[in-house]
Amino acid sequence: MFMKRSTRNMLAALIVMIASAGMIWAGGDQENSGTAKSSNGEDDVIVLQMFYPVQVGGPLTKLIEKLASDFHSVNPTIVVEPIYTGNYDDTVVKIQTAIQGNTPPDLFLSLATQRFSLVSSDSIIPLDDLIAMDGGDEYINDFLPGFMEDSFVDGKIWSIPFQRSTQIIYYNKDAFKEAGLDPETPPKNWDELVAYSQKLVKKDAAGNVIRWGVGLAQQSGSAQWQFGGFCLENSKNGENLMSDDGKKVFFNTPENIEALQFQIDLQQKYEVMPKGIVQWTDLPGAFIEGKYGIIYHTTGNLANISKNATFDFGTGFMPGNKRYGAPTGGGNFYITKGISRERQEAAWKFIRFATSPERLAQWNIDTGYVAPRASSFETSIMKNYYGELPQAEVAKEQLKYAKPELTTYDSARIWRIFNDNYQAAIIGDLTAKEALDKAQAEASQVLKRFQ
Amino acid sequence: MAVFSVYSFPKKDQLVKNRALTSQQTKKRKQSWKRDGIACLLLAPSLIFLTMFTLIPIVKSFYLSLMDLQLGMKKPVFIGLDNYTYLFSDPLFWKVMGNTVLFSLLTVIPSMVLGLALALLLNMRHKLTGLFRVSFFSPVVMPMIAVASIWMFIYMPDAGLLDQLLKSFGLPGQIFLQRSDTVLPALSVVYNWKEAGFLMIFFLSGLQNISTEMYEAARIDGARKFTIFWKLTFPLLMPTTIFVSTIALTDSFKLVDHIAMMTEGMPNNSSTTLLYFIYQNGFTYFNQGIASTLTVILLIIMLIAASLQFFTADSRIHYN
Amino acid sequence: MQLKRIVFFILASAFALLWLIPLIWLIVTTFTEPSYYMSIIPKTPFSLQNIIYILSAAPFGRYYANTIMIVAGIFCVQCITVTLAAFALSVMNFRFEKLVFFLIFVQIIIPNDVLIMPNYSTISSLGLIDTKLAIMIPFYCSAFGILLLRQSFKTIPIALSDASKIDGCNLMQTIWKVYVPCAKPAYVSFGLVSISYHWNNYLWPVIVTNSVNNRPLTVGLAIFAKSKEAVMQWSNVCAATFIIIFPLLTAFLFFQKQFINSFVSSGIK
Repeated sequence: MFMKRSTRNMLAALIVMIASAGMIWAGGDQENSGTAKSSNGEDDVIVLQMFYPVQVGGPLTKLIEKLASDFHSVNPTIVVEPIYTGNYDDTVVKIQTAIQGNTPPDLFLSLATQRFSLVSSDSIIPLDDLIAMDGGDEYINDFLPGFMEDSFVDGKIWSIPFQRSTQIIYYNKDAFKEAGLDPETPPKNWDELVAYSQKLVKKDAAGNVIRWGVGLAQQSGSAQWQFGGFCLENSKNGENLMSDDGKKVFFNTPENIEALQFQIDLQQKYEVMPKGIVQWTDLPGAFIEGKYGIIYHTTGNLANISKNATFDFGTGFMPGNKRYGAPTGGGNFYITKGISRERQEAAWKFIRFATSPERLAQWNIDTGYVAPRASSFETSIMKNYYGELPQAEVAKEQLKYAKPELTTYDSARIWRIFNDNYQAAIIGDLTAKEALDKAQAEASQVLKRFQ
Repeated sequence: MAVFSVYSFPKKDQLVKNRALTSQQTKKRKQSWKRDGIACLLLAPSLIFLTMFTLIPIVKSFYLSLMDLQLGMKKPVFIGLDNYTYLFSDPLFWKVMGNTVLFSLLTVIPSMVLGLALALLLNMRHKLTGLFRVSFFSPVVMPMIAVASIWMFIYMPDAGLLDQLLKSFGLPGQIFLQRSDTVLPALSVVYNWKEAGFLMIFFLSGLQNISTEMYEAARIDGARKFTIFWKLTFPLLMPTTIFVSTIALTDSFKLVDHIAMMTEGMPNNSSTTLLYFIYQNGFTYFNQGIASTLTVILLIIMLIAASLQFFTADSRIHYN
Repeated sequence: MQLKRIVFFILASAFALLWLIPLIWLIVTTFTEPSYYMSIIPKTPFSLQNIIYILSAAPFGRYYANTIMIVAGIFCVQCITVTLAAFALSVMNFRFEKLVFFLIFVQIIIPNDVLIMPNYSTISSLGLIDTKLAIMIPFYCSAFGILLLRQSFKTIPIALSDASKIDGCNLMQTIWKVYVPCAKPAYVSFGLVSISYHWNNYLWPVIVTNSVNNRPLTVGLAIFAKSKEAVMQWSNVCAATFIIIFPLLTAFLFFQKQFINSFVSSGIK
C-alpha cells in the first residue's frame, strides 16, 4: 500500500472528525428543533418558530418576547420562539427564502399585502377551519372591516390582523403657534397643507432652510404606502391603486397623475419639502428636532414621538382632497403550510392569545399601532389611554376612510416597479405622466400571468 | 514576477508521454498509475467542492437560463432563449449594464492610481510611514458593510458630516445618493476609499521586488525622479499592474455590499449593478430563470475580461 | 530641495488624515451622546451609553461567536484541502495535471460570489439552508490558496523530500514534516487573506441564513442598521459598527508590520 496503516487511519480519523464537526454545527444550528423536553421533564414541549419584523422605533423586540413568555406561562406545553428578521422588506425576503429552502418558520408576521404572493407560492394555510374550531364568526366579526378586508383571497381567510397601522400627520403645535397658525387645527385638505406648510418654512440669516413645512417619505417601501392615501383622496369614486383581487393595477389614471404632480410641486414649486428622496427613517428624528412642521408617518410611531418630543405635538387625518383617504398597513399573522396539524393548532392558540382584545389594546398603547378589533376600544385600558394621549384617537377615527395599501400578486416586484418610477418622477428624470404610464405598462406586463 | 507566475501553466515536458514499453518502462508505467491515483486522492477534497460550488453551478446557470422559473412555479418550464430576448429588449437591463460598466471605470482606474501612489509613498520609508500605513490600510480590514454604513451617514442630507463640512464653507447641502447622476460617483468614492489600500499592498510588493541596484545605476546616471519612475519603475511594475487590474476588475463586479446597504439600487435603479440585479431577481422577486440568465451574462463578461488580461499580459511582460 | 520635501510630506500627512476622517468620526460618534448634527469635533459629552445600548439591543455576542466559528472553520478546512491539492500540483507529475489546473483556474476567473443563485439552490437541495455550514461549504476549495501554496512548495528543493523518504517517511509525513513548515509564510498570507475575506463577507451569508444562531457580524450589522429601532439611529449604528471592526482593527494596529509584510511577501515568495 502506498501509506502506512497508521497514517491512513489518521487521515480517516481526521476526515471523520471534520465531517462530524460539520454535521454538529449544521444540525445543531437548524432552528426547527421541533420538540424539546419541558423544564419539569413531563410531556414534550412544542417549540414554534416565529419570524417577525420591526418597522418602527421603540422596544418592539422586548414586547414581542414578553408576549411569547406570557403565552408560555399560560400554555406550558408550547414555546414560541420569536426571531427578529429586520424590517418588513427584509422579513418578506427572509420568509420566502426560508420557505424556498424548506426551513420555514411555523408562523410569522408579515405585511398584509403579501397574501396573494404567499397564496400563489403555496406557502400558507387558509385559517377558516381553525377559526371554526376556536373563535368562529364572533371572533372574525370583531375585527374592523378596514383591516379584515385584506385577509381574504378567493373568499377564504388567510391571515389575522395584529399590528396594523394607518398613516396620519404629526404636527408641531409650537411651530404652528410661531407661524401664526391655530395649533388645534391641522390642515384638512391639500390647499391648506400647502398654505400652512409655506408659513411653517423657516430660514436662517443665510437663507438656508432650518425648518421645512412638510415631510413625506418617498423611498422604496414607503412611497407606495403614502401614495395610496393620496390616490384615495383624489380618485373619482374612491378607487384604490389596484383591484380587490390583486390582479390589476390602476397607476396612471389622470387623478393619480395629478396627485403625483402635487407631491412634486411640494418640493419644486412650493418648496415646502426638501428636494431629493425624503427618507422614512429620517422623518421622526428630524420632526423631533424641529426640522419639519408637519410629517406624514405611521401611527405606529406615536409612542416613540410622544416619548421623545420636547414640544407640544398634534395628530391629524391625512389632508384630503375630494375626500379623506388613508392607506392601512402593518402586519398580520400567517401560519406556514407543511407543518403538522398539532403545530398548526399550537400556532393558532398563540395567535388567539396575541389577538385578545386586551392584548391588542395593550399593544396599541405600547407601540401606537392601531388595535384591529372593535372590542379593544371598549376596554378600560384603551379608554384611559385616550384620556392621557388624545392624539391616539385620530388614527382610529380615520379608519373609516382607510383602505388597504398596494396589494397584488408578485407584490415585491410590483412595489419595486411603482417605487422606481415614482422616484424617477420625484427626481425629475421623468414627468409625472411618463412615470405612471411606464409603471402601469411594466406592472401590467408582470401581472399578465395571473389573469 | 513571482506573483504573476502563480498563474502560469505547467510546461509540456512535465507531462507523461505515451511510448513503446520496455520492462523498465512498464514498471515506471505501474508507478505512474500509482502516482496518478495518489494525486487524485490528494486532489479529491478540493475538486469535490470545486465541482459542487463552482463548476456545476456554472453549468446550472446556463441550464436554468433557458427555463422559466418564477415564484409559485413548482417546476421549470423550457422556454429556449426567451429570457435572453426579454432582457435584451428591456431598457432596465441595459441601464444596469451601463451602471456596471460605469462603476467599474469609476473604481478600477482611480483605485489603481491611488494604490500605486500610496505604495510609492509608503515605499519611501519616512518617519511618517507608520501613519500612512494605518491610515490607508485601515479601511481594508473593515467589512464593506461597516464602511457603507459610515459613509451612509456621511452622505446624509442636512445632518451628515459632508453637509456639515459644506455648510461651514457656506456651500449648499447635497443629496448625492438621491440623484441619478451622482449616486454612482458617490458610491465609487466609498469603494475606492476601501479598495485603494488593498491594491496599495500589491503595488508595494512589486516595488520592493525591483532591485535597488537598478535605482542606484539610474541615479548615478543623473536621471531625474520622474524619469526614473516613468522609464524604470513603471515598466518593471507592469506584471504587478496587470495582476492588480485583474483583482480590481473582478472585485468591482463581485462586491455589491455597499449598494445593498446604502441605496438598494435607488434612485430608480441608477445604482444597480449586475450582481445586485441578480440578487434582486433571485432573492427579492424569486425569478430564478431571469437571475440565471443574468448570471450567465455576468460569467461571460468576466471571462472576456480575464482573457483580455492574459493577452495584454503575454505581450507586455518583460523581465530583467 | 529640503523645503520641497517638507512641503510634500506635510501635504501627504494632511491627505492621510483626511483619509482617516470617516474612522475618526465613527469613534467620536460612538463615544459621545447622540446629537442631530454629526460632527467630527464632539459637541456632546463623552458617553458609553451607545455601546451599552447596542449590547442589549442585538445579540452581538452571538454574532461574534458565529463569525469566529465560521471563519476558523473555513480556514481549517481550507488548509487541509489546499495543502493536499497544492502538493499534488507542484511536486507530483501526473496525467491530468493540465486539466486539473485549468479547472482550478476557473475559480480564479469566476469567484463563487457571482454564483449566488445556483449555489443557493444547491445548498437548499442539500437541506442546509440556515446553517453555518451553508456559509462555509462553498469556500472549502480555494483556488487562490492552492496556487499560492503551489508556488511556495515549488521552491522547496526535492532533495529535502528525498531525504525524508530515505528516513522512512511516507507521503503524508513528508508533506507534514517537510513541506508545510517550509511554506509557513505562505500559510500566514493565505490565512490573513482568507480570514479577512470571510470575516467581511456579506452577500452570501445574508442569503443563506435566517436565524440569529447562524448570523455573522456583517449580516447582524446590516439588519440592525436598516431597522428603525431608535430615534437618532446613527450613534447606535456607529456603536455597532465600532464593536464589529474593533478586533480586526486592533489586531492590525498592533501587528501592522506583520500584516502588511505577509501580504507583500505572499507575492515575493
